[in-house]
Amino acid sequence: MKLLKEGYKTVEKIAGPLLFVSKVARGGIGEIVKIESNFGEDYGQILQIVDDLCVIQVFGETMGLAPNNTVVWLERDVVKIPLGIALQGRILNGRAMPIDGEGPISCIEKWAPIQGNAINPWRRKSPHEFIETGISTIDLMNTLVKGQKLPIFTGSGLPADKLAAQIVKYARTPATSADSSPFMVVFAALGITQREASYFREAFRESGAIYRGVFFFNLAGDPSIERILTPRMALTVAEYFAFEKGYDVLVVLTDMLHYCEALREISSAREEIPGRRGFPSYMYSDLASIYERAGCISGIKGSITQIPIVTMPDDDLTHPVPDLTGYITEGQIVMDRELHGKGIYPPIDVLSSLSRLMNKGIGEGSTVPEHRALSDQLYAAYGRFKDLVRLKTIIGEEGLTPTEMSYLSFGEKFESEFVNQGERRRSLDETLEHAWNCLLTLPKDELHRLPVNLIDEVMLKRGTKA
Amino acid sequence: MQDNRGYIKGISGSVVTSTCFANTSIYEVVYVGSERLLGEVVRVRRDVADIQVYEDTTGLQIGDHTIFTGELLSMKLAPGLLGQVLDGIGRPLERLGKKSPYISRGTHIDAVDDSEKWYFIPRLQRGDDVGPGDILGEVEEKGIKHFIMAPLDFRGKDNTISWMAPKGEYVVDDVICKIGETTVKMFQRWNIRTPRKVGRKLDLDKPLLTGTRILDVFFPLALGGTAVIPGGFGTGKTVTQQSIARWANADIVIYIGCGERGNEMTEVLEEFPSLTDVRRGIPLMDRMILIANTSNMPVAAREASIYLGMTIAEYYRDMGYNVAIIADSISRWAEALREISGRLEEMPGEEGYPAYLASRLARYYERAGNVVPLGSPQRNGSISVINAISPPGGDFSEPVTQSGLRLSGCFWALDKGLATKRHFPSINWAQSYSLYHENLDRYFTREISEDWVPLREFVFNILHDGKSLQEMVQIVGRDGLTEEEKWILKLSELINIFYLQQNAFDPNDAYCDSGRQLVMLNTLKLLDEQIRGALNSGVLFEQIDSQFAFVADLMKLRSQNTEDYENSLTSYIKKLKEELSDLI
Repeated sequence: MKLLKEGYKTVEKIAGPLLFVSKVARGGIGEIVKIESNFGEDYGQILQIVDDLCVIQVFGETMGLAPNNTVVWLERDVVKIPLGIALQGRILNGRAMPIDGEGPISCIEKWAPIQGNAINPWRRKSPHEFIETGISTIDLMNTLVKGQKLPIFTGSGLPADKLAAQIVKYARTPATSADSSPFMVVFAALGITQREASYFREAFRESGAIYRGVFFFNLAGDPSIERILTPRMALTVAEYFAFEKGYDVLVVLTDMLHYCEALREISSAREEIPGRRGFPSYMYSDLASIYERAGCISGIKGSITQIPIVTMPDDDLTHPVPDLTGYITEGQIVMDRELHGKGIYPPIDVLSSLSRLMNKGIGEGSTVPEHRALSDQLYAAYGRFKDLVRLKTIIGEEGLTPTEMSYLSFGEKFESEFVNQGERRRSLDETLEHAWNCLLTLPKDELHRLPVNLIDEVMLKRGTKA
Repeated sequence: MQDNRGYIKGISGSVVTSTCFANTSIYEVVYVGSERLLGEVVRVRRDVADIQVYEDTTGLQIGDHTIFTGELLSMKLAPGLLGQVLDGIGRPLERLGKKSPYISRGTHIDAVDDSEKWYFIPRLQRGDDVGPGDILGEVEEKGIKHFIMAPLDFRGKDNTISWMAPKGEYVVDDVICKIGETTVKMFQRWNIRTPRKVGRKLDLDKPLLTGTRILDVFFPLALGGTAVIPGGFGTGKTVTQQSIARWANADIVIYIGCGERGNEMTEVLEEFPSLTDVRRGIPLMDRMILIANTSNMPVAAREASIYLGMTIAEYYRDMGYNVAIIADSISRWAEALREISGRLEEMPGEEGYPAYLASRLARYYERAGNVVPLGSPQRNGSISVINAISPPGGDFSEPVTQSGLRLSGCFWALDKGLATKRHFPSINWAQSYSLYHENLDRYFTREISEDWVPLREFVFNILHDGKSLQEMVQIVGRDGLTEEEKWILKLSELINIFYLQQNAFDPNDAYCDSGRQLVMLNTLKLLDEQIRGALNSGVLFEQIDSQFAFVADLMKLRSQNTEDYENSLTSYIKKLKEELSDLI
């Protein structure tokens, strides 16, 4: 218990979300401060110090603050969050205050700094456990594994929320053996609208995820600077449940574009040299400090799997936010407007999607031995289909060979049956069945990525069935 | 010691400003704060120094002490480095990881374990004269001879050995030799930012063979050369680099994970120990040194990591080994430079990078080469540099890619289109180039076959012709093609599937040595001769195309081991000939 409080009334300048306070003795970087004014109390964090001048980012609004009515109290501590098993089922705001009307957080086990530490690469365990999401295009072609960070790149108006909620609802590890870890969701909403928030809340209630998850809601109307804290708080909670309580935690962060915009807001208030599209040049490192908190650790039960949702402004994959995200995460699931227009759900464009850790979680022992080959064959054939569609528009259908025509019918079947599964969950067996259905529209000789005996076997089996 | 203590005046991210002294030098090592975080002076202004700190700065306070050491950032070079995993400033992650799964701050330990014993065999004896870089003796490190050399900066008046340790077991801190009055231990320290001196540089005349067909045949890299692999995310940079690390004919491979994913480093760590080096039969990990500074580890250490890797590479090169140094990716290094430069409020150049980006990059690339190191006996060592580049938005016009192109001899362009079609390795043959053909053609002609160059040109021409025909088809349709052109179109497609694509999961195909590459090239040539023969005798292309399953046949050949392959090739061509003559 501190008997003495240290406060300063020396605010020199207020610019956007920043306070500049002078004559501060021994300020510490990253420390939290309490800001008191006529409008009440708020919190902030020391960002930069030059001699006795501290630059403080205010988490709430700076509106109404004036140099002469503001007192800055030094807390002499970094930002921390209370942790305890009783967090499960709670709904918190962007700075971890309960908003579900259930009273304050009880049974606090400890307080932990939200900054987090980098996992020693030597202590990481490479992710290798298959997660069945129930979505064909993900399970067969872009497999998600425990401990992976796999973002969903979406455009405005595309159903990324629906997909994320669907994954949360259906995700499971197939072999539920005795020693498997309990599963839970940590959800962080970053600047999403009221409508999106209630959609998620409803979806989670329906799937029951609400009772075992922890939910952070920073809505579009909430202070944007708070968004800098929210994902870090969510991940600190996730780390606690994963690496101390042995849970398999799925973290959904939506929408990272809004997080980056908050970062840009602070950067421009600090008058830093802007990088691409005005985003700060350290955005890569900053995003990495969030995304890299996913993973598995050797010798410790539990895992953190991340599904960040990133909106691509104007569907531009090269926009800095999706671009840098793609460089850090282990693949991406890309939503496509054209498929969406055709009424296909989920409108996942498999050609731009990728799961880098797929090989770890598939094949003999995890799924089926021919998983990789099947996926490659689908990719190659669908890629060929796309090329041929272009060619067809130029030279017309008459110019195509019979083999090429079979690719066209393959592609249509693939989109309308394999991709377009609707909101139903598909087991891996069903997915495989659909994949073969599509592939067998092609001549056998074209399936050169699959072992010949396997094709014969499947054809025989189907022949007898039919 | 009281004299060289300063205190912190300002903190901005990884850059700390401190009071300093008249004798504070640039790049001097500084310990910052009560936890003694490691830092390095990057700018001195009269009595204030800016320090880049290699560890997380959270919690540092104004007024905390800084200790100026007067030394430059150096690496302890000694037996025991092979097989290690280090962070960007040379700390062993394995030993750090035993205490906590997270990176701890303020721990300073050397990479080499100073309690490990090595069996030292002297090569020189008392009374011998020695100069810088002379080999004094050797120890065995993971199956290679690790030579203990006289320090390069050795400048004693008396250069005669006055005492030599007898054969036996020593730790790295033991004195193993006295030259005049100077004692020599089993380790040397070298400042990581200074290139190690060499005798002379040689021409590059031998290839760095990777076992990847498209690289070895069309875009070979020379031992001692430099290559860049630019590509947007998801184009297969890391996979390509890992396969080079796995199969390249270098004696030692240094892999720098510079600002990349933690799980990727783990993948290497988990896979490589169980894989064997195809040439020497030792575990792959035993010829590797990994430097892992993942994207969430401190940004300043990322800046140091490539120099650290290069210094270790030069140390092994000086023993006479061929070293390959692979950095994934140099763009992240450049971004670290930009971030620190921004914190120092320097004037930005292109894309916000500091103006000295190009010269720093040049200095790094130029540390590659094929050299005769200093000292006797005369030996030959090389450093080949392979850099991945991650251009933002996949746009090759940005400064890091452009500098890389200017400074390197090989350009392996990764293609997103190929990657999405699962064409691996997804290297675009039309964009890539190698400037080492002239030097290496002589080697291939002499060591592999006289047919090497003509066969390569044959295949490359077909690819070119196929590409321009493809463009034509897109405009006028297929009807305008002659029979021969239809075949060229088909053959170029076959070359793509059969030759350029390589299946990393097929044990017979993942690694393809030069001999096998030649046989495969020859297969294409033989096939071409047969079909052209038939077409010339009036057979229509459609007849041939509908009768033969070329793709399936060739893939069947490819999945066999080299010996079976050669046998089946003969019978395949024979059968093809017979069936074609039936058509005629």
